[in-house]
Amino acid sequence: MNFTLRVWRQESAQAPGGFESYEVSGVEDDESFLEMIDALNDRLIVDGERPIAFDHDCREGICGACSMTIDGRPHGPGTGTTTCQVYMRQFEDGATITVEPFRATTFPVIRDLIVDRGALDRIQQAGGYTGVNAGPKPEPNANPISPEDAEEAIDAAICIQCGACVAACPNGAAMLFTGAKVTHLSRLPQGQPGRYTRVQDMVEQMDREGFGGCTNFGECEAACPKEISIRVIGQLNRDFMTGVLYHPRNPRGGMKPQ
Amino acid sequence: MAVGTETQVAQGTLRLDPRIPEGPIAEKWQLWKDEHELVGPRRRGDHVIAVVGTGLAGASAAATLAGMGYRVQSFCYQDSARRAHSIAAQGGINATKDYSNDGDSVHRLFVDTLKGGDFRSREANVWRLAELSTAIIDQAVAQGVPFNREYGGLLATRSFGGVLVERTFYCRGQTGQQLLLGAYGALSRQVRAGMVDVHSRHEMLDVVVCDGRARGVIARDLLSGEIEAFPADAVVLATGGYSNVYYLSTNAMGCNVTAIWRAHRRGAGFANPCYTQIHPTCLPQTSEHQSKLTLMSESLRNDGRVWVPREKGDSRAPGEIPKDERYYFLEEMYPRYGNLVPRDVAARASKHVCDQGHGVGATGRAVYLDFHDAIEKRGEREIESRYGNLFELYERITGDSPWHVPMQIYPAPHYAMGGLWVDYTLQTTIPGLFAVGEANFSDHGANRLGASAMMQCLADGYFVVPHTITDYLARLEDPHVDPSHPAFASVRGEVEARLGRLLAVPGSTPASHFHRELGKLMIDVCGISREGPKLERAIDQVREIRERFWSELKVGGHGASLNQSLEYAGRVADFLELAELMCRDALWRDESCGCHLREEHASEDGEPMRNDAEFANVAVWEHRGADETPALNLEPLTFHEMKPKQRSYV
Repeated sequence: MNFTLRVWRQESAQAPGGFESYEVSGVEDDESFLEMIDALNDRLIVDGERPIAFDHDCREGICGACSMTIDGRPHGPGTGTTTCQVYMRQFEDGATITVEPFRATTFPVIRDLIVDRGALDRIQQAGGYTGVNAGPKPEPNANPISPEDAEEAIDAAICIQCGACVAACPNGAAMLFTGAKVTHLSRLPQGQPGRYTRVQDMVEQMDREGFGGCTNFGECEAACPKEISIRVIGQLNRDFMTGVLYHPRNPRGGMKPQ
Repeated sequence: MAVGTETQVAQGTLRLDPRIPEGPIAEKWQLWKDEHELVGPRRRGDHVIAVVGTGLAGASAAATLAGMGYRVQSFCYQDSARRAHSIAAQGGINATKDYSNDGDSVHRLFVDTLKGGDFRSREANVWRLAELSTAIIDQAVAQGVPFNREYGGLLATRSFGGVLVERTFYCRGQTGQQLLLGAYGALSRQVRAGMVDVHSRHEMLDVVVCDGRARGVIARDLLSGEIEAFPADAVVLATGGYSNVYYLSTNAMGCNVTAIWRAHRRGAGFANPCYTQIHPTCLPQTSEHQSKLTLMSESLRNDGRVWVPREKGDSRAPGEIPKDERYYFLEEMYPRYGNLVPRDVAARASKHVCDQGHGVGATGRAVYLDFHDAIEKRGEREIESRYGNLFELYERITGDSPWHVPMQIYPAPHYAMGGLWVDYTLQTTIPGLFAVGEANFSDHGANRLGASAMMQCLADGYFVVPHTITDYLARLEDPHVDPSHPAFASVRGEVEARLGRLLAVPGSTPASHFHRELGKLMIDVCGISREGPKLERAIDQVREIRERFWSELKVGGHGASLNQSLEYAGRVADFLELAELMCRDALWRDESCGCHLREEHASEDGEPMRNDAEFANVAVWEHRGADETPALNLEPLTFHEMKPKQRSYV
């Protein structure tokens, strides 16, 4: 198979970027999209050109590193898939394919197709955990969890923090991501202590990073490689409202000195 | 003990004291903990500990040390600590809870692990691992890890290869992801608390040894290209395994040997480098440009039946081959364990039937893994809940649906049992340098059982190394690193010079070319089966590829900014050195054991034949300089709890 690739090239966050076209030929249909780029990069190295920078690692759809926008869609064609699991048989022979980085103001471009998704780590650091250190713990079966709750928890916990939800959202919201972590822990008894503080801390960090708010476009759910349901945003809003109204982070209140 | 059978091997000078505590095996760890030295809570904040790698072992160690009050500097090459390759572990994690009431115990897990490893691991370490297994589950559940549950709400378990009890806990087919997110959450909490600095997109390129002790690391900021020194009172390497030496493996693209290889060159003994595991259930190679092989969880062998056409070269579609013309080779060869034999046995049997001409698929290098009977017996819903995501994964990659067509699988490099030699406290032969998880050699002997890798990583990180580092720091006369020690500048200079050399090679060939060539050689000579003469030749062949690498390579760009081609070339350069050591180790080990099958030592029906009289030991290699052959040191293995016997899964 042969393709024309239009690839976004940008030396650094400060430098201006633009599209460059590359012809690739002799691509096998079982080749993955990233394997095609690998081969192109080897050619660029030999030709003395700068290879295309892109994030990738596990190449089995679980680490969340890969992050391209292919023909306008985060992670490219198909549903429930990451860029590393896009195969060339999904494209028509001879097609022109446009490749860009994930687009969001909160994800500044580092180079070419690599963006900085550190904001998502900072949201996690704000509260995406239970407060336990290593050491003796209670017997887990003393606290049964219904399989339904466990299933709902894992349905949310499978988020791979790739950021496709943000890149797909017209508002640049990270609410599917944040909602997934909140839902995972809210469904489990272990997540109950600190449940309402956690959600307020994470939402505060989300706002501080400059992510937008959800207005129900639903693009996040469509782009999510793990097909996380937009219901997690409902859970996020519910827990946030409950938290703000009934479990304020400073329950004793008080006024700040003027 | 005689060293060297076919080739002369130099005697090493390492002092290998395993430091196994006295006392009955079941009490050793408790006795050690009762007596180790402590650092008081108010003094811990004075210590800086560098933890390299943020997988299950690294993240759990970093979070636990920080939780105790130490200052932690954590490093990963990925953009986020949560992307370490532990995240891809699928199947599960063993623990001796005996929830299924099938008679499991610490002793049984100990026996299974020791036997699975073919009596090439240290008894005391294996016992401790089995003993700590239950605490890991308790810890993970408390973190909110959503393990699969039975209808009554209790934790579910399943069985795994090499084992006759159900002791494996799992989160669908994403157990590694969920356990890692638990550890990453704990790490994130310590970042928030100001106890940990995570240096993401930083690659450790060397360890700094000051006056005989590990006192920090040199890392490259992968974005700015800056080479930075990070002084520390102790260093933990949690940098995973080196299966990418085979080019095609189930490891992530970035997995590499650099951290432990550089430590080896600074004086850390490298144990059993030839012990690598070729996992039986992976997707076969389809394209020349293929960059990795995808693992299908071993848990699939719980319900899937492995077969090939009984007639060689039978090209009918699998559905058209009647049952009596199918060769269910694992069930026939190993009736007691059937499809659940250990990984090395299954991998060898698959290779064997393909070598005989029974293989299927485009290349003839694949066998079927068939779920038809399981779907009929257990129903679609049950199979969906057990393997739904694995079936999807398979269909996404191959375009075939396992609901209708049997999967095609073939063995692929997956795990390295070999690694840095460590004593009972997980300390390498460099004082102050600890190695945890897959990066060390300790617990799996010559073959790792399924669902034991995560168990070892988390046992090391949550429960072992935090105590042993405390003991190390408490005993130091000069507990604090001197950041002005000249070693920092000199090692940094060496790192910079090496990067400069890579960039300066005036060739025209990308690093991937050499890596692919090395991989083909290694899978052929140092993969599922090995032969003395081939290994001897391979040592020269590896050297020859290495020489061409250093004269024909083209990296491009410069070192003062992001340069992925430079990162990759550095890793390939280290694989080219490691590969030679692997071949030397495989050549020296003139026996078959675990995953290491020497053709010269196989019984008539292809079963490996161990040689306990000569090789019941750990082979620890010592670096003696770039142009010198490495020297060998032996740690004898003694067995008191269980006498070694020939493994049999028939």
